[in-house]
Amino acid sequence: MFVGLPPFQQLVDAHWRDVARLAAAMAGPRDGDDVAQEAWARALRAYPSLTHAGNLRSWLLTITAHTARDAQRARTRRDRGAARPPEPAADLAPLPDERLWAGVRALPVRQRQAVVLHYVGGLAHGEVARALDTTPAASRRLVSDALAALRVALGDSEEG
Amino acid sequence: MDLAVALRGLDVRARPPRLEGGDVFYALHDTPVGTLVLAATRQGTLVACSYDAEEVVTARLAARLSPRVLREPQRLDEARRQVDAYVGGRRRSFDVPTSAVLATAFAQRVLGALSRVPYGSTTTYQAIARAIGAPRAARAVGHALGSNPLCIVLPCHRVLRSDGSLGGYAGGLAVKRRLLDLEGGPDPGARAATVRA
Repeated sequence: MFVGLPPFQQLVDAHWRDVARLAAAMAGPRDGDDVAQEAWARALRAYPSLTHAGNLRSWLLTITAHTARDAQRARTRRDRGAARPPEPAADLAPLPDERLWAGVRALPVRQRQAVVLHYVGGLAHGEVARALDTTPAASRRLVSDALAALRVALGDSEEG
Repeated sequence: MDLAVALRGLDVRARPPRLEGGDVFYALHDTPVGTLVLAATRQGTLVACSYDAEEVVTARLAARLSPRVLREPQRLDEARRQVDAYVGGRRRSFDVPTSAVLATAFAQRVLGALSRVPYGSTTTYQAIARAIGAPRAARAVGHALGSNPLCIVLPCHRVLRSDGSLGGYAGGLAVKRRLLDLEGGPDPGARAATVRA
């Protein structure tokens, strides 16, 4: 079926920075780079079988959020055996405001996906809901729970 | 702290992904006759050498071959070297596998006739039309050559009007003139070769 998909390079040029930001927010600066690479590889493999060319940015960010989740699961399995040094690695620039992003990484995975897709990725709740296979109302709840948890973690009593 | 603002404001030092698994690869190549978009398949078959803009050529590749189109200039290194050598007057023909897959069936017949127009000679739209058995299709021949996906490599610049004037060229008439001068033919109209069917 011909669906008029743009050349993949166009997606890379338009969105690689957003994918990198999302991956770093989900997984930290060191693992974020691997997550972004893997997300692009997955996207390239799946690309020809897309049935429509609508909202490819949202599609890419969704893949990135799922890739980060899968990488974390794989890492948790690995780390049952061996210890691993904490983020960030010395050779990579730490994220600005490291306390905030450490707090984001400590969130339960669906809250983290929702808050990162919504704020870092700029997806509307409808798009976040599609990415997480849930409803827009549930997306709103995940995001507001995440913000509440972050405020507690940061010891910030003010409303943000 | 405004959490929403802080979350939105994330900026990271990052690099573009290194991708493997493309189906079609292209390069933007600056030459004395303009910026060319060269493209090849994974097997190394050259499918485009075009004066058109990057987004135009890559959209065509995506629609006709595969949407997995990636900019990987090193895949086109040999073709780029040969184009440079041709434009620099150090090469007379091309030695890379090519396919006019981006051209229509009619245009492929037209482009096929170009193989009988050697370096330094010219022919006419009318002669090509006769050569492919469509003597009344000179205008369509002109259109087909105008959409040549493999400019320079398939030498559509060697085709002129029957009155000896230049006709058209995707890279502009100044470039057509320059390529003909490069090939050293005298007055182009005076030496129009005849293409036999």
